[in-house]
Amino acid sequence: MRDAITVGLLAIGSVFALLSAIGLVRFPDLFMRMQASTKATTLGIGCLMLAVAWHFGEIGVATRSLLVVLFVFLTAPAGAHMIARAAYVTGVPLWQGTLRDDLAGKYDIAHHELEGVAKPDEGANRD
Amino acid sequence: MTSELVRNASLAALGVLALAVLVAMVRLVKGPSLPDRVVAVDLVGMLAAGMIGVLSIYAGNGVYVDVAIVIALISFLATVAIARYIERREVR
Repeated sequence: MRDAITVGLLAIGSVFALLSAIGLVRFPDLFMRMQASTKATTLGIGCLMLAVAWHFGEIGVATRSLLVVLFVFLTAPAGAHMIARAAYVTGVPLWQGTLRDDLAGKYDIAHHELEGVAKPDEGANRD
Repeated sequence: MTSELVRNASLAALGVLALAVLVAMVRLVKGPSLPDRVVAVDLVGMLAAGMIGVLSIYAGNGVYVDVAIVIALISFLATVAIARYIERREVR
C-alpha cells in the first residue's frame, strides 16, 4: 500500500511534467506556452516531491521536500508574471486567433503606467 | 529499504522526465523570441529539480532533496534576472 501510493504519485507527477513539455512545444503563442509550462509543472513537481516525502516517511526529508513544493508554489507565478510582462512590453506577438487584448492601447510602455489608474479626479466621485 | 517496485517505477519516472527535458529543448532551440527560450530554460530547471527528487527515491537516500531546493531557487533567480534584463534592454 505504501509503495502503491509512491508509485501513483510518481506516475502522476512525471506524466504532468511530460504534458507541460508537450504543451510548451505545441501551443501557438508565448502566453499559452507559459500557461502550460507553469501550471502543469507546478502540479508535476508537487506530486513528485509529495512522493519523496511519502516514500521516506522521515520528518527531515519530508520537511525539505515540502519546502520545495512551497517554494515552487510561491515562485512559479511570480516568475511567469515577470516573463509575461517583459514579453508583452517588448512586443512579442499574440496568436492570430486571440479575441481580445485588454491592455492594447491602454498601457504606456515607456513609463509603465496603465491608463485610467493614476487619475485621482476620476476616482474621487466614484465612491 | 527501497523495494524493487519503487525502484523500477522511479527509473521509469526518470525516463519520462528525461523525455520531457528533450521535448522542452525543442522549444529552446526553435523558440522565435527570447522570452520563449527563457520559459523553456525555466521549465528545464523545474524538471531538473523533479529529477533530483526522483533520483533520491531511486538511490534510497534523502540527502539529494537539498540539491532540488538549490536548483529550484537558482532557476527562479535566473528567470527573474533574465526577465528584468529583457525588459530593460528594450525600453531604454
